[in-house]
Amino acid sequence: MDPALVKLALGGIALLGCIGLFFGIGLALAAHKFAVEANPLIEEVLESLAGAQCGGCGYPGCEGYAIAVVTNPEVPPNLCFPGKEKVAERVAQLTGKKMTAVEDMIALVRCSRKEGRVSHKHEYIGFASCTAANLGFGGPSSCNYSCIGLGECAESCPFDAIAMVDGFPVVNPDKCVACGTCVRACPKKVIELMSLKARVHVPCSTKDLGKNVRKVCEVGCISCQMCVKKCPAEAIAYTDGLITIDHPKCIAYGPECQEICVEKCPRNIMRKYEGRVAIARQADGLKMAS
Amino acid sequence: MTSLLTFPKGGVHPPASKGLTENLAIEVMATPDELEIILGQHIGAPCTPTVAPKDAVQEGQVIGEVTKGLGVPLHAPVAGTIKSFGMSGHPMRVSAPSITIQTNKEAAPVQYSRCDWQKLAKEELLAKVHGAGIIGIGGAGFPSHVKLSPPPDNPVDTLILNGAECEPYITADHRQMLERAQEIVEGALVILKILGITKCFIGIENNKPDAIKTMTEAAAAVSTPEHTVVVQPLQVKYPQGSEKQLIQAITGRKVPGFALPSAVGVVVHNVSTARAIYDAVVLSKPLYEKVMTISGKGIKRPANLLVKVGTKVSDIVEYLGGVTPELAKIVMGGPMMGFAVSSLDIPVTKTTSSVLFLAEDEIDTTPHSQCIRCGWCLEACPMGLEPKEVGLYVEAGRPQDTGQFGVFECFECGCCAYVCPAKRPLVQFVRLAKMKAKR
Repeated sequence: MDPALVKLALGGIALLGCIGLFFGIGLALAAHKFAVEANPLIEEVLESLAGAQCGGCGYPGCEGYAIAVVTNPEVPPNLCFPGKEKVAERVAQLTGKKMTAVEDMIALVRCSRKEGRVSHKHEYIGFASCTAANLGFGGPSSCNYSCIGLGECAESCPFDAIAMVDGFPVVNPDKCVACGTCVRACPKKVIELMSLKARVHVPCSTKDLGKNVRKVCEVGCISCQMCVKKCPAEAIAYTDGLITIDHPKCIAYGPECQEICVEKCPRNIMRKYEGRVAIARQADGLKMAS
Repeated sequence: MTSLLTFPKGGVHPPASKGLTENLAIEVMATPDELEIILGQHIGAPCTPTVAPKDAVQEGQVIGEVTKGLGVPLHAPVAGTIKSFGMSGHPMRVSAPSITIQTNKEAAPVQYSRCDWQKLAKEELLAKVHGAGIIGIGGAGFPSHVKLSPPPDNPVDTLILNGAECEPYITADHRQMLERAQEIVEGALVILKILGITKCFIGIENNKPDAIKTMTEAAAAVSTPEHTVVVQPLQVKYPQGSEKQLIQAITGRKVPGFALPSAVGVVVHNVSTARAIYDAVVLSKPLYEKVMTISGKGIKRPANLLVKVGTKVSDIVEYLGGVTPELAKIVMGGPMMGFAVSSLDIPVTKTTSSVLFLAEDEIDTTPHSQCIRCGWCLEACPMGLEPKEVGLYVEAGRPQDTGQFGVFECFECGCCAYVCPAKRPLVQFVRLAKMKAKR
């Protein structure tokens, strides 16, 4: 090989090496001098979180919650829904906060559009998203409170826990961690988070008058308030045109009432709730029907 | 005649389609048995009812007041009995709280007589405008008394009456300018007195030569060296009747983004609002009637109707002999900015200017496709925005990042969607973006 070329190559390597060394030392000094003091606890908490960035805790991402839970004594340690009990325990341990119970929750679609044979009041032509369809006279469904069915909830779910089956969302109970992203995404507000221990539920979100509900849906709640009157635990309320159930109160009262609300409901829309098993069964039924 | 003015940027030329109704005189529709008066008709806080069910009310009696915040009172359009409070259909909000009044058919209509308004002070005139429930009935529904009290740091020197009526199909303002020219012009004089200024322009698109002639004569009759009312013919171009575009066309002044017209010393009122102000001040008659256009090939008998606020669209359809089998789409408002509805159980509000019953060949149901970046929407946008970018961002699931394209300056005129060769619902994209983007 030409000695001149070897010389040139060696010189080049030496020069670049020197430059590298110079900047390396410079960077090392700068890193030392301008180091941002990080709370190691935040790092540790962040690592223990589920890391799904779902926003279910109400903070911007996992880091937001880690900072909040470490720096703000008011923030409870059990807000990481995907992490469940295990993560909550670890966070409580790290931050020295008192561990509070983690309730097993699940997203519940409060609509029975399919079952009620709700028709369409118009044909929707436009951008295929629920919010967009909702802008056009409340969406194509005849019931103004029903699920639109274009799958914005399924798209938003960070855990892929919602599947659209024949234009209706079905929650996969094994994947749902009740982070609440779908609740925020739904323009019709038909999804709510409910305790898995709940005994009864109303899969209908209508706030319309009974006579109007009867016109559009075969099973929708007609606001007769029979359940409100019959509940011995006074756990059912009728607020703003919607039946709401105080689940802790209902659970505390126990099975003694034999779910009289379910029995008395003339529309059979007040239903027994049997946790994951029931949801899975319901999902299978929908799949088979479609 | 002066040369034809227009706004400099963008705009489109949709077929006017006004022939169905432009030669039909305003017809008074028979009052239906029941009226549903929506409580929130204006921009601002909705009214709280001041009556109770079973109360008897007189025509023109106050039935709702705004207790807190911006707003105007609401009046009973007929004599009758309050039947119930409930929910009514609404083109944008789908359903809205309302008062139902059972009409008393025996009651004689109220007669209003002229008062000598020239003797009243500015404050008294303003109180009359507010008390009569006057809002911008051209469409926006902004309480007029607020527009008539501009902030003291922005002295106003020009009043513009908007008679452009650039939306296709609608001829309600056109007919009012032909039939009620003196009243509109006198309304303009009232506004001039309230604002304490002397100069008024009436902008009318050049496709209404008869209205320009009638209004010019009426304006000349009242113009004095102190008060000049001038009719200004305008080029036919949509959206000529948009406030900011109209101001720029007539005065050459450009209203900055997010600012009100008073920032450039101008106040704009619709010609029909000027007539309502005439009614309120000169006749002391509250606003509870509305001239509107019912048009399209989907209705048996297109018409310009004077209806009571609260009349349901279904009653109007019945009065006009029903719909034709070709009916494919119902739009409340104009075809460019109106809202498609799928119910006739919607009462007319103070701001409803038209209901269009469109047949299959008057609408386009082609599904939209991908943006081909042709840039036509950029050329058509009168605000100089980039609708295509907003659409792409919304489709990509990033509506929150569209603030950079000025979505909040968009007033949803629909020029972009009108020219789009891919039939993209650009206005819908913008509306979605506005919901999610930060100001």
